[in-house]
Amino acid sequence: MRVIGHVAVNVFKESVRDKVLYNLVVFAVLLMSASYLIGELTAGQDVKIIKDLGLASISVFGLAIAVFIGIGLVWKEVERRSIYALLSKPMRRQEFLLGKYCGLVLTLVINVAVMTAAYYAVLAYMQAISPPNLRASWPAPATDPALLKAIALIMLELMLVTAIAVLFSTFSSPFLSAMLTAGVWVIGHFNQDLRDYGATIPSPLAAAIARGVYYVVPNFSAFDIKLQVVHAQAVPFSYVGLTTLYGFTYIAFVLVGAVIIFSRRDFK
Amino acid sequence: MKVHPAAWGALVLLFAAVIGLQMIQAAQPPLGVPDGVTTNLLYVRSPEALSRATVSFRALAADVYWIRAVQHYGGTKLSKEPNKQYDVLYPLLDVTTSLDPYFDVVYKFGSVFLAEPYPAGAGRPDQAIALLEKGLRTTPGKWELAQGVGFVYYWWLADYQRAAMWFNRAADMPSAPDWLRPLAAVTLAQGGNRASSRVLWTEIARNGDADWLRDQAAFRLEQLDALDGIEFIQRVVQQYRGRTGALPASWTEMIRAGFLRGVPTDPTDVPFQLDPATGQVKLDPSSSLNPLPTTQPTP
Repeated sequence: MRVIGHVAVNVFKESVRDKVLYNLVVFAVLLMSASYLIGELTAGQDVKIIKDLGLASISVFGLAIAVFIGIGLVWKEVERRSIYALLSKPMRRQEFLLGKYCGLVLTLVINVAVMTAAYYAVLAYMQAISPPNLRASWPAPATDPALLKAIALIMLELMLVTAIAVLFSTFSSPFLSAMLTAGVWVIGHFNQDLRDYGATIPSPLAAAIARGVYYVVPNFSAFDIKLQVVHAQAVPFSYVGLTTLYGFTYIAFVLVGAVIIFSRRDFK
Repeated sequence: MKVHPAAWGALVLLFAAVIGLQMIQAAQPPLGVPDGVTTNLLYVRSPEALSRATVSFRALAADVYWIRAVQHYGGTKLSKEPNKQYDVLYPLLDVTTSLDPYFDVVYKFGSVFLAEPYPAGAGRPDQAIALLEKGLRTTPGKWELAQGVGFVYYWWLADYQRAAMWFNRAADMPSAPDWLRPLAAVTLAQGGNRASSRVLWTEIARNGDADWLRDQAAFRLEQLDALDGIEFIQRVVQQYRGRTGALPASWTEMIRAGFLRGVPTDPTDVPFQLDPATGQVKLDPSSSLNPLPTTQPTP
């Protein structure tokens, strides 16, 4: 565990050196300028739009970090040939890989935490400047704690995307890894269609294959509850709990696969 | 490597040139478009296709489409164009509500934009009803949407039978306010009289979701007050005629005869007009309350 921790901290330090945290400034400027400019354009729907924009931005910034850093985690060490020096140390390959994964997750957690704080600060400001009659028409307060449920599931989704990016980076080039990770993410959001596909095609075999793919491909749409929380629709804790369990199980599955591939890889 | 000092100078110069050229371009008259060509573009017409394309960012895409709808409506309404075209208003609202079916305000405000008579609005109460009914399919218990349908039938289509039916339907919904049931009864019994209109607009003025909607309700209430005022002054003119045997030539004559204390004005303080030939009282053409709605007097 200590080795994993050391690698993780190094990955985090490297991401700070690579100025990854600059995205936080972009996020803060985006939200603050939007909250200032958008009021005149939306016929009184600025809080709803800031809620949507904030959640979408957390997701997009996180995805960009997860994919573009995740795909280079292993490849960079191989390309620089530093992998030989690293693996000659008392460190097992799985520790190296899991350390890299945990380091990127740590970067993401810190990013998402800071973005969430900025998000709530902007919403609190908007709540403070809104007249009481306008506040009364909102389905929930601007600083509704239920938004945290959506952010928690976004974080889990990012952890899964990171795991997938790490898996692809163990055996392919960064470009291909990025394409494959993005492809899995998009297909994962259309998962529902795969399930419904069987009802529209006559071939039972094709329907069975579609259904099989539905169960295998990660169901990313399950992590998306942004629309529900913004409209103050009930999202039971049982749903969040089950999705969290599904997310962690899938992450474990992907990481075990990545460890197996990485352990068998020949670096000569 | 050291940057040549001339490079910095060139950078500043080119930046100033870009800004300057843009300013010259902005001062040029617009090229315009040929007659019959609309600049209102809807790039993706299929709500389903757009819903798929936006993956997990549907709510944000709905916000973008809502802003486009508001801009399209506001821009067209305020434009000086003789042929205002609200042609993409309904498609924009339809796409918005397909991307985010729980975006209540789009149904409520969108129906106002659509139902308002041309040129202040699209003049399409049928589309306003279609939009509100779409909202009711998503949230069947939302009384505000059913009341909205009733309102369009009442105010814009003057179909009081259907209006009363929708007010009753709204009254049956959970957490519907108490005033809906009596409103339905009055609408059914007396049609579009001023009392029921006043109930409707007063509720909107009190509980409207946005300032502009409450302002709109306040404006409508002032119009109803103006109608009451015209009706009252008209009776006084008839009394004058009954006593003197002639129509008054001006307000001054009526004031001198003791029928009025001063020049009667509408709620915006613009004097009413008196037609000496017919004795008819009406709004001054310069009054911001024009044109007045057609409602029946309160019995």
